[in-house]
Amino acid sequence: MATLAHPESPATSRPAPTYGEITRDIVATLGNPGRTWYVVFGVVLAVLGWGAFALLYQIRFGLGVAGYAPPVQWGVYITTFVFWVGIAHCGTLVSAILYLFRSAWRTAVYRTAEVMTVFAVLTAGLFPLIHVGRIWYAYWLIPYPNQRQIWVNFKSPLLWDVFAVTTYLIVSTVFLIVGMVPDVAAARDRVSGWRKKLYQFAAVGWRGTDQEWRHYLRAYLYLAALATPLVLSVHSVVSWDFAMSIVPGWHTTIFAPYFVAGAIYSGLAMVITLLVPLRKAFKLERYIHEDHFENLGKLVLLTGMIIGYAYVVEYFTAWYSGNPYERSAFYNRAFGDFWWATWTMIICNAFLPIFLWFRKVRRSIPAMFVLSLFINLGMWFERFVIIVVSLSFEYEPYAHGHYTPSWVDWSILAGSFGWFFMWFLLFAKNFPMVSIAEVKEIIPMPRKERAHA
Amino acid sequence: MSAPLGVLAAFRHIDAAAHAIRSLKEMGYRDFTVYTPAPNHEISDAVGHRVSPVRLWTLIGGLTGCASGFAMTLWMSYDYPIVVGGKPLGSIPPYVVIAFELTILLGALSTIAGLIFHAWRTRRRAAYDPRFTDDHIGIFVPCAAERRSAVRQLLQGAGAVEVRVES
Repeated sequence: MATLAHPESPATSRPAPTYGEITRDIVATLGNPGRTWYVVFGVVLAVLGWGAFALLYQIRFGLGVAGYAPPVQWGVYITTFVFWVGIAHCGTLVSAILYLFRSAWRTAVYRTAEVMTVFAVLTAGLFPLIHVGRIWYAYWLIPYPNQRQIWVNFKSPLLWDVFAVTTYLIVSTVFLIVGMVPDVAAARDRVSGWRKKLYQFAAVGWRGTDQEWRHYLRAYLYLAALATPLVLSVHSVVSWDFAMSIVPGWHTTIFAPYFVAGAIYSGLAMVITLLVPLRKAFKLERYIHEDHFENLGKLVLLTGMIIGYAYVVEYFTAWYSGNPYERSAFYNRAFGDFWWATWTMIICNAFLPIFLWFRKVRRSIPAMFVLSLFINLGMWFERFVIIVVSLSFEYEPYAHGHYTPSWVDWSILAGSFGWFFMWFLLFAKNFPMVSIAEVKEIIPMPRKERAHA
Repeated sequence: MSAPLGVLAAFRHIDAAAHAIRSLKEMGYRDFTVYTPAPNHEISDAVGHRVSPVRLWTLIGGLTGCASGFAMTLWMSYDYPIVVGGKPLGSIPPYVVIAFELTILLGALSTIAGLIFHAWRTRRRAAYDPRFTDDHIGIFVPCAAERRSAVRQLLQGAGAVEVRVES
């Protein structure tokens, strides 16, 4: 991991920051926030408050206030659940998979991605509860014998989902916390006041001794090795929520890899969306720069091409199957009531990333930001198309239906963004958003004798 | 934690610190503590610890999770038998998902437990300086008063930027 690998951009002649500068610059991002932060935080809280009001309204008057209309009983909530779980996947990709691949560039961006992961799973986890309507019965999902001594049904993919998402939340949280310990210790040694007390507690006495690093690095390696298959499994399990049923448009074996690629794709887009304002606000341009956006752009391009391929294969399989229900379901997707959702998804997810073949686009931060917003939008619509459009157009023409989300649906969707950004903003001002120790790790320390360097 | 008596040195240069560590080991010192702001192979090679036993915790935790995942699902299926979808009561393929997730969960949690346990077990009382999380490498050598000047000379000779006697 000691090599600073940017083979594709030898032209950049940025001098590497020294250890002292790294500590100073990153610790400087902590501390009292400015007025902009408070304004943004206020807006975020207002949006969250509105979403909370809509949720309370729904709890009071029942699920009927959401736009559900038979046969569409999975709507915006499940769409948004899958959307946020998907967002969460990039964090583990960047922090664990790229760690195993020893990519040096990940060190500057992985903390942001991990924080995004944890809070995105936290957001996603709310939606099954919101969706069940009678939120006070949510504990029925936990395996315990009910009044009649019946256990939960382990053959149901919905229950696999409970295990997968809970495991993902716990493992990604501990991964984030473990990764943060040396950085919090570095911050502890620099700040004063109540923050010092907070960091003293959070650093659990870390001093960076040889023994601590010895156990820490091993533990981190194995956590990364465990998180890697986990991230692939979680969205596969989410996809089986659909693929295990016999709904036309859902019942395909391509779903697991298709969902995983889509999840990583949307997560990478969200990371870019978050990094662009973050590096400006925190003056971290020296640590997060064009090289990082270019590498992220390449990953977006890769996963975007997989997504585009999956779209093509879906339609091809529907046609090639010769199954009239599959065929009509996919015809309905492209030319039915929801044609606008389908074409939004196809244009945003399969066509716009084509621009990323150009190096100029990958290295242009405004362009990457705009692209990432479109991809976020497109990926939300992808889940909407898969879920709502398939359900509205099943076997019986008599039972075909339509679905229009109500103001409650939209408010709770907006509130989920408020919830996510509330946590993200609170975290960003209180804990280092760029890993101090890992950025140092890829920069060689000064030596006395240059001979054998 | 009050620091024991000894000599605390701060280094700025990685090769100087590694050299000091090797010299200390040649002199027979084993209980010194090295602080680095970031993990570094040169230092860890010089210190020469064996591979951390944390990996054993991962293995045991993972196997426990796998076994308990299958045990829980199978036992619950037979404890109150209900046929679902015409499938066998204890259907292994769907239970693989539960067992897999619990493998990861318990594997990860026991890795953390192992990390905490071993870091606590191998913790030594030693003097510390906040610069060691910034840009200095620290070496603390606990030693008796009569050895201090020899250790001090060794550390200074190796290239320490500051040597302090803790008393």
